[in-house]
Amino acid sequence: MSTVGQHPPRAGSAVPEAGVRVTRSRRSALWPGIAIVVIVVILGYLPYLAHSGTTSLLVQFFAVLTMASMWNLLAGYAGLVSVGQQAFVGLGSYFVLIAAQRGLSPFAGLPVAAIACGVVGLPVWWLVSRLRSGYFAITTWVIASVCELIVIRYPSLGGGTGTLLSGFPNISDRLLNAYIYWISLAVTVVVLGSIYVLLRSRTGLVLTALRDDETGARSIGAKVARTQRLVFMVAAAGCGAAGALLIISQPFVEPTSAFSVQWSAKMIFVTIIGGIGTIEGPILGTIVFFVLQQTLSQYGTWYFIVLGLVAMAVAIWAPRGLWGAIADRLGIRLFPTGYWLWPDGSRRPGMLPWRPRGPGG
Amino acid sequence: MSWVNAILQGVLLGGLYALFACGLSLMFGVMKVINLAHGDLAVVAAYVALGVIAVTHVPAVWSFVLVVPIFAALGYILQRTLIQASLNRSVLTTLLVTFGLSVVIENSLQQFLSANSHSLNIGSLVSASFSVGSQIRIAYLDLAIFVIAVAVLLGLQYFLSSSRHGRLIRAVADDREAAQLAGADYRHIFGIAAAIAFATVAFAGLAYGMYSQFDPSIGTDQLLLFAFEAVVIGGLGSLWGTLAGGILLGVAQQIGAQINSSDQILAGQLFFLLALVLVPQGITSRFSIGRRTA
Repeated sequence: MSTVGQHPPRAGSAVPEAGVRVTRSRRSALWPGIAIVVIVVILGYLPYLAHSGTTSLLVQFFAVLTMASMWNLLAGYAGLVSVGQQAFVGLGSYFVLIAAQRGLSPFAGLPVAAIACGVVGLPVWWLVSRLRSGYFAITTWVIASVCELIVIRYPSLGGGTGTLLSGFPNISDRLLNAYIYWISLAVTVVVLGSIYVLLRSRTGLVLTALRDDETGARSIGAKVARTQRLVFMVAAAGCGAAGALLIISQPFVEPTSAFSVQWSAKMIFVTIIGGIGTIEGPILGTIVFFVLQQTLSQYGTWYFIVLGLVAMAVAIWAPRGLWGAIADRLGIRLFPTGYWLWPDGSRRPGMLPWRPRGPGG
Repeated sequence: MSWVNAILQGVLLGGLYALFACGLSLMFGVMKVINLAHGDLAVVAAYVALGVIAVTHVPAVWSFVLVVPIFAALGYILQRTLIQASLNRSVLTTLLVTFGLSVVIENSLQQFLSANSHSLNIGSLVSASFSVGSQIRIAYLDLAIFVIAVAVLLGLQYFLSSSRHGRLIRAVADDREAAQLAGADYRHIFGIAAAIAFATVAFAGLAYGMYSQFDPSIGTDQLLLFAFEAVVIGGLGSLWGTLAGGILLGVAQQIGAQINSSDQILAGQLFFLLALVLVPQGITSRFSIGRRTA
């Protein structure tokens, strides 16, 4: 066990034995923190500088990043490999549509859709909670298929052919695009911020223990089932928010693509390539994804085939992903969630870097 | 009478689903690998058959003579390379890798062969049928697929229980370390099990290609899920359970279609979820007493 198991005091108030200093990161987290704030401010100012083509591409970027971060929380920390998160992506889109048909603005519909998806996540969790690995994965997939088949039955939601989302405020296109961009930026900041806060909390300790060794986590009395349920509902809400972003930015929804397993494929590939089990991994993976997509855009779906092959290779031969390779060499953490023990007077921390093993490995 | 017909058609359809499911069940039972690319491999088999027919001009019905051995070889090679490499890492990795394989196969088929749908042309056999009573018509093709499915399951059962390699496969599935101590090379045995599983996938893909239209997306949208559902409804580790699961799924779908023609698939999925809640170990768990391989 790493230090996590031996030092489970309340987060942030670790009281170690005498002669040991505990910090959250190996180097000061001040400069990475400032860098993140600067990046967010620059991104927030972007609609004044860039074309709407750039900002609408970034909306897609934020949607994929949100989904990938949620999948990372599920699979990377809670050990729940879902291939059915597109259920909540699609439901998020359709909840915005339903709210708009009842007269709610799409922007106000977004948080409503996210919360509704989180609520739907609870009965789904009852259904899938006792299933393990492959069973869990395919059953979530079946549930996504059921959601799609039910939505198709309603002609008022556009049936199988899809429908336009209306009810946007009456403002210029340029301003509308800027609003959509800011909202998607806000969703991403809220999602990443929540994950960061969650992982630094007491629940985060359980999640980190779960990530490292599920059996070990159970044996030291971690509330595994309760934590997994919380994570599943949070991931449902997050994927719902991403789905809401998708319909607002289109503004069109169609069941086959809203509930497409390609969303799960994107989340999974992005997280694996970037580095599963770290907050930074999905960010890096999403950047790789969009660079690849833009450079290979004239070759059809080739970018996706390449992405899938790279993800398979990374999963087998370099399971810590890109961020794992970078973080080791530079010793940096953008989002410090672990603990580092410094023996008195030592200049080297005692915590071993984490290496993923996975169940049974 | 139309209900009797629906149930009968469902039973026949269930044979096809059992054919899809037995390979999935075998790989899970022996290697503990749920092959998420299972449905896409069946679609690939149908496309390979199209190619074989175009080149050699054999009748579609005989294309299996070439396609099944090709797939058995493919199964052995994939198991010894990609799947074994991910198994060495963890169970989670096998899920990610087979899922990646599934996505790569589907997108490659779409990229190279377009999203158009095809079918294996078997001439007049596709519509030939005979009547039982006044309202029930049974297509020769459906009946033939059902018979082939039962024959494949029988052959598999015989192979696993009576042949030397079959006994080795069961030994490795039951206790890998003990089988290794007794001198069995489990990697080779895994390869053989995968070869057999892939051969059944090829049979299923060909049968499906004759039974219905296929396109690159059908593998993940339907075939993988149907196969998995048949396995779970029937209960793991029992080939006859898989047949029963396939038949129940087929009957549920046909009854759904009888109520509302567009609800066929939804009825099957809901039946699966219901079965998952009520009998999570599968229906055969209620009856079987002996040792189970999974």
